[in-house]
Amino acid sequence: MSVKDRLSWDGVRRAGAQLTTPLLPDDYLTLINPLWTTRELRGVIEKVVPETDDTATVVIRPGWGWRYSHQPGQYIGIGLQVGGRFHWRSYSVSTPPKRRGRTLAITVRAMPEGFLSQHLVNGVEPGTVIRLALPSGDFVLPNPPPPKILFLVGGSGVTPVMSMLRTLDRRGTMPDVVMSYSSTTQDRMIFRSELAELNERHDSLTVRERYTDDDGMLVLEDHLDELCPDWRERQVWACGPGPMLDAASEFWDEAGLEDQLHLERFSVNFTGEGGEGGTLTFRSSGKTVEIDGATTVLEGGEQAGVGMPYGCRAGICHTCSVTMIEGKVRDLRNGEEFAEPNGSVQTCVTAPVGDCTFDL
Amino acid sequence: MAIADVKEYTHLTAEEVEQLGAELDALRTEIEESRNSKDADYIYKMIRLQRGLATAARITLGVSAYHRRTRLPGAVVGGAMLGVAKILENMEIGHNVMHGQWDWMNDPEVHSSNWEWDTAQPAEQWKHSHNYVHHQFTNVLGYDNDIGYGILRMAREQKWHPVNLGQPLYNAALATLFQWGVALHDLDLEAIRKGEKDPKVMKKQLKQIWQKGRRQAVKDYVVYPALSGPHFMTTVYANAAANVTRNLWSYVIIFCGHFPDGAMHFTEEQIEDETRPEWYLRQMLGSANFEGSEMLHVLSGNLGYQVEHHLFPDLPSNRYGEISVRVRQLCEKYKLPYTTGPLHQQYGQALRTIIKLSLPNRFTSGDREDVMEGQMEVARGRKSAEELGSRRPETGKYAAAAS
Repeated sequence: MSVKDRLSWDGVRRAGAQLTTPLLPDDYLTLINPLWTTRELRGVIEKVVPETDDTATVVIRPGWGWRYSHQPGQYIGIGLQVGGRFHWRSYSVSTPPKRRGRTLAITVRAMPEGFLSQHLVNGVEPGTVIRLALPSGDFVLPNPPPPKILFLVGGSGVTPVMSMLRTLDRRGTMPDVVMSYSSTTQDRMIFRSELAELNERHDSLTVRERYTDDDGMLVLEDHLDELCPDWRERQVWACGPGPMLDAASEFWDEAGLEDQLHLERFSVNFTGEGGEGGTLTFRSSGKTVEIDGATTVLEGGEQAGVGMPYGCRAGICHTCSVTMIEGKVRDLRNGEEFAEPNGSVQTCVTAPVGDCTFDL
Repeated sequence: MAIADVKEYTHLTAEEVEQLGAELDALRTEIEESRNSKDADYIYKMIRLQRGLATAARITLGVSAYHRRTRLPGAVVGGAMLGVAKILENMEIGHNVMHGQWDWMNDPEVHSSNWEWDTAQPAEQWKHSHNYVHHQFTNVLGYDNDIGYGILRMAREQKWHPVNLGQPLYNAALATLFQWGVALHDLDLEAIRKGEKDPKVMKKQLKQIWQKGRRQAVKDYVVYPALSGPHFMTTVYANAAANVTRNLWSYVIIFCGHFPDGAMHFTEEQIEDETRPEWYLRQMLGSANFEGSEMLHVLSGNLGYQVEHHLFPDLPSNRYGEISVRVRQLCEKYKLPYTTGPLHQQYGQALRTIIKLSLPNRFTSGDREDVMEGQMEVARGRKSAEELGSRRPETGKYAAAAS
């Protein structure tokens, strides 16, 4: 056994824990540098670069334990303490993956109702220490990429696609790519100049911009054949507002090509009926909270101060699933009800219908 | 006679008790809604201060041991710093985090579900014996094992036994070895003595205590002394002094919470169908505060605001001072006693009770106004898990598996 094997990082940490028990060495190292811990993944905000009036790219330098090998298209969780309380959201990574690195970036649009997105775009100070959750999501580009690709993008849905394009550019593996990118106006189009520059540099890449305030929405039935005549031969990655994705999903279903369509719903569309509200009881923590029918179980649990698991917060990843001992919840996306005792509930997209008890 | 009905004792009507409960609920909501980044900064600052102090203490002890002229002053200064660090960790940080006072921050690193403190008692068992049993059944005879910790006779209603003659001695031993006494607390020695303890649970608890206690002892009495090289024993003494300092201090603070004369005891009739406002009332009558500087309150984990802590066990400790002003006003409004006094007076009363109750009741007079002996006698200890009701949410959580 070599010295290096014996002096593994884990071994050093275990030896250090003899000195710091019941805490970990990490808990003391963070006194020197807040990023020197693997207990919780952390990062520091290096800078906030404005992209358009209401979007900014947030550059994050992760601390110990981070892996830069995310797949292009994946999202990460960001936990930011505002008013003393941690708030968590998921954002697509806009930078390409690397084997090693120093920073990564997310690009955020400040939503009118979006408490955290507003804060990230307009308020957060460089130097702020945040919590991170490792990349996840299966809206990813395989390596090697398919020979023919269509990107269907609306608004800030460009972020995961940008990560894919930057990856293809960096690896020099740009296949035949058509990108249809809709934005309300030219000013609001994120990454416009960088896309123009990529378009210039790669013959096999065609970026088709559409400004919907003037040109109207892209209607797949009317415009797709002109935009991309060989769309039937292409793998499609679509990311954008809910209605756009619903239309795409229907369109490719009808063409019998649904296997070629990859979707990222970066915002959940709560089009279903709300719940009725009720009292949530968390049995193990003994906490209770009364919430209305538009508030999700996850948000309710966080209000009550229960350490709720979370992931994408959009009903995709199932990280937030919790056992419901009794009660009834309604899925806010489609209005479906669920009342199986001791069943698993996706807390980020469900609201209570009457009182519910959870095993947490 | 201990109090069997708080309403009757306080001469409040049912409506007044309801109203008092509503006012306390409103106070709770007000504080909950005003928790903000200043509170978060407070606990983070406290944690940084405590860890910094502990690090400085360990380094001082380790480095000074190598030089003849720095050895003794280093041991004194290092030991003192370590003692203060342990006090801060146990009182203002550990105890309060484990009550869930900081869970609202959603920070998994400062959360009642996974905090482990720097003392021999495993956090899981503490959350059961303290958060649940003591905070919910506060001062109810036969339920709350904190009335004398199963070792001391602290209420005249508790049966006298010749063994009690040694009380002053047991008290001194308990004070010195407090962390180990606390470590055994959730085992419920009384139940073991009577053979009523589930052996499976006992085995599990003993294993937890053994593992935690061993890690704690190895750290202070083997690993750090070894780092001092030839002056192993100097560091052993300094660490022992730090542990004993912490033991004596936490013992005094905890004995001032419910043993001064103004803190009442209750019979089990009181907790039959007890409403939430009545629970509030029992917490107020059963707890005692002490007065002092801000520094004293921080070093005692804000347990000088014992009344406020028992009313709102899961509100952040840095707010108890402002809450106490409002609770006092309520006590005046409803003509309720509010027990407080200087630390030495409160502890003096507790000590007097310990000494007096080592003798049978006929040799001494009672100091509590609620005591009339001869009317009832109760056994010591607490009830089994089946006999206890469901818990109140605000006392904090515990995993059922640990008890």
